Amino acid sequence: MALQVTSVLTFQELLFRLQTFWAERGCVLQQPYDVEVGAGTMSPETFLRVLDPRPFSVAYAQPSRRPADGRYGENPNRLFKHTQFQVVLKPPPANVQEIYLESLAAIGVDLRRHDLKFEEDNWEAPTLGAWGIGWQVMLDGLEITQFTYFQQCGGLDLDPISVEITYGLERIAAFLQDVDSLYDVVWARTPNPVTYREVRHLEEVQFSVYNFEQADVEKLWEHLRLYESECQQLLSRAAQQPVDLSLAERRRFPVLAAYDLCLKCSHLFNLLDARGAISVTERVGIIARIRILAVGIAKAYAQMIARESNA
Amino acid sequence: MPELLLEIGLEEIPARMIAAAEAELARRVEALLSRQRLLAASDAAVNSYSTPRRLAVRVAGVLAQQLDMQEQLTGPSWKAAFPGGQPGPAAQAFAKKAGVPIAALEKIVTPKGEYAAATIQRPGQSAEKVLSELLPGELAALSWPKTMYWRANKPERFVRPLRWLLCLLDENVVALEFAGIRAGHASYGHRILYGDQPVSIPRPSAYLAALEAAYVLADVAARRQRIRKALDAATRTLPEARWREDHALVEQVTHLTEWPTVLCGNFQPEYLALPEEVLVTVMRDHQKYFALEDSQHRLAPHFLTVLNTEVDAQGEAIIRHGNERVLRARFNDARFFWNYDQKIPLHQRLEKLKAVTFQRDLGSYFSKTESNLLMAKALAAAVAAQGIPLDQAALEEAVLLAKTDLTTELVKEFTELQGVVGGLYARAQGLGETVALAIYSQYLPAGIEDPIPPTVEGQILGLADRMATIVEMFAIGLAPSGSKDPFALRRAANGVVKILAESGLPLTLAELESMALDHLPRAASGQGAGAVGVFFKERLDFYLREVGGYAYDVVNAVLSTGLGTVTDAMARAQALTQVRGSDDLLAISTAFKRIKNILRQAAEKNDKQADSVAGENLTEPAERRLYAEMVRIAPQVEALRDGKQYLQAMELIAALRPAIDGFFDQVMVMAPEAHLRENRLALIASVLSDFSRIADFSEIVAG
Repeated sequence: MALQVTSVLTFQELLFRLQTFWAERGCVLQQPYDVEVGAGTMSPETFLRVLDPRPFSVAYAQPSRRPADGRYGENPNRLFKHTQFQVVLKPPPANVQEIYLESLAAIGVDLRRHDLKFEEDNWEAPTLGAWGIGWQVMLDGLEITQFTYFQQCGGLDLDPISVEITYGLERIAAFLQDVDSLYDVVWARTPNPVTYREVRHLEEVQFSVYNFEQADVEKLWEHLRLYESECQQLLSRAAQQPVDLSLAERRRFPVLAAYDLCLKCSHLFNLLDARGAISVTERVGIIARIRILAVGIAKAYAQMIARESNA
Repeated sequence: MPELLLEIGLEEIPARMIAAAEAELARRVEALLSRQRLLAASDAAVNSYSTPRRLAVRVAGVLAQQLDMQEQLTGPSWKAAFPGGQPGPAAQAFAKKAGVPIAALEKIVTPKGEYAAATIQRPGQSAEKVLSELLPGELAALSWPKTMYWRANKPERFVRPLRWLLCLLDENVVALEFAGIRAGHASYGHRILYGDQPVSIPRPSAYLAALEAAYVLADVAARRQRIRKALDAATRTLPEARWREDHALVEQVTHLTEWPTVLCGNFQPEYLALPEEVLVTVMRDHQKYFALEDSQHRLAPHFLTVLNTEVDAQGEAIIRHGNERVLRARFNDARFFWNYDQKIPLHQRLEKLKAVTFQRDLGSYFSKTESNLLMAKALAAAVAAQGIPLDQAALEEAVLLAKTDLTTELVKEFTELQGVVGGLYARAQGLGETVALAIYSQYLPAGIEDPIPPTVEGQILGLADRMATIVEMFAIGLAPSGSKDPFALRRAANGVVKILAESGLPLTLAELESMALDHLPRAASGQGAGAVGVFFKERLDFYLREVGGYAYDVVNAVLSTGLGTVTDAMARAQALTQVRGSDDLLAISTAFKRIKNILRQAAEKNDKQADSVAGENLTEPAERRLYAEMVRIAPQVEALRDGKQYLQAMELIAALRPAIDGFFDQVMVMAPEAHLRENRLALIASVLSDFSRIADFSEIVAG
């Protein structure tokens, strides 16, 4: 079972190891979600799946976009888009921490020669009505993982509780490869080394320019309004569904599409924020508006699931 | 006598919660044993232990068995139980419930009447039985600042998931179950150094040694001591270096480790060009490193980190390298932000404050700054009017720019450095030392131990900012209540009191309050006016007791006469504390209480008092003497009060004692003759008012 680490892992090997490790422990391997998200938690594979009482474990890499964190590719430690490796275990096994430690061994960390601490760090996402209890895992003073027992999602109390383990892949790769700049991380080695810079630097530069300087504020607002109203329309239709609707009919209702629209709103909000276009009074209001969408979607999804698991 | 050991094993408990939880568990177990009559009277001893993964309590002197007890149960009233002297249904039901035959029911007499009673025998239970039944309830009742669910169907909330339970009474496991886990013989050692296999604990006395063999130092004091020694030892490897004492950080790392060791790391001296405040914050708050300094107290390019493991030389090299790498990245970030922020001077950032929320209903930090400016101008005018020199232009610039650092990347990254960063940028941008220092020190004092801002301009900025916050928050109904104080207004008010006390600025709390209400439009329109005065009186009371160390009755006596300036209240409290123990003053205090009672009763009966004391109506020698003394002493007391010579004034007042005692011994105030009574009431009323202007002596409590 234990993988032999012969040389320091490249960025993509790191991903392979984690995928293999968690696939061997019963996780469904998913692909990154193809709508912009700020964190792996926002992928429906986490946000919606944890609302379902049935066991399900999943792992995936998720590129996460935070427009305000862009630094034009100039800061060695900050990225507009970074990669989270997300593991969700539902229900979590009793030895979930020990399994997590094994995953570190699998990526070449010999814990007998490192200092590891679980330090309190609770997670909260107000726009999603979600929060959890947990730790940041510190390895030799570096935060390498966020480890969370989800308590609430979309304003709904969860049962069973899911554990979410989020690895920061760029950071861990830089740590393993012992480089000071994320851009110096070796992404792939054959036939010749390809660095993170070669793969991603241009994207960091251009999106920083777009997010901070060129995104058209009026159009962003317009897009936000359009996505929001489309999402609202779906939700109000969901609310009007007759209670005696058949399971098949319920399954057809596009709550997943509504969630995509909600994610679009969230990303547009982040863009407007990075653009400095959101005033004090607007800010609180927009967060509340997006939360209303997320909460409505969670409710509709949970109702569908309740019918499905009773069927 | 049996010994009890209870250990609960958890996934890592937040460091900040451990000490209180350990103490509470020990308290609960001891109270339970004592309540259940299971604690030996003389040689019981309670010890408690904790690490991030466990809380434990060990009790020596536990009784194996409760003593048998007799208990009397009270039933229905005798009349209801035995109507007409014969046992009725109520008697039968009660006897059945108590488990005794009807013939065994007794008649008892209580204050409420006659009742049927039954005496029952309660055989003592074994400690094991009692503990297995009642300990789970104690564990469930532990209070935590934040709890979670983890099991399916969510049967319980706890701080973190429970992973094992150890409970022994000598060699025997106490059959206990909590959160789905049954107690056993096993504990667990250090995650990495010992691994996942259980550590068998044969008996309570073997606990600490068995865990130490498994790389867990469960005794907190021993762990703290080991950390301090290791910090010293690591520091000695560097010539002339010292680690900066930091009690809070020592506590934190003590509760983050089970098997602590210390490692010394280094950073490139070039980073010392960054402000020390930034470097120390990164090390202490973000990395939990101890800073080192040279013999001149200058920051040295090294740090100490407390590990939760013990490693070989190769491991040390790896861990040191890793920590140095993280610190370098953080310092690089800080340097990047420092340089980046300089591109936009503070003056240009003022406009950006419109986008930073101060409070939802009070709007942005831009409007907060407008309020601060109005308040600061009013304060500056009042202070200048008293002839205290200050640089008005610099003050206004400092107030204007005070919050602009909230828009900088450095403060977004290191929020605890707000104010400090603004001050550093102001200095770097050549805004002058007065401006820079006022901005830098605006949040001082953060706690009651901290110094106040060193300059008048800084003090006024600090006062203006806090006053505007308090008064405007009160105006929109956000006054603190009970344990709820989300905007830390009590701390802000403590800061106001402390600045007034230690700066010697000639301002009273009442003046500050009325200035705020007069000058801040958002305060005047609101609902808070009366409440602010009461609130400040509480804070002044707190300050005099907690910081001044004055007794509560002294504080009451001083504050009853009005707030005045804080320094004046301190001086009066000081003088009163000195004379408080004397017999004469206690007699005065008693007499003043008596005067108050007489005046109150007279007022209730609508007995008039004369407008002033009339000499011709003083018939008794004792009242003539008191009047003469009062007329003689009152101007002297007043002169001493004006000169703030409170001790001498109080000594004079105390010297009134023979005259007052003589008066109450020989004169009847409530004389039947109206003109005598009214005159005497006027006399004691003037004694009270003339001599209660420094302190209300009637508040003093004897003993």
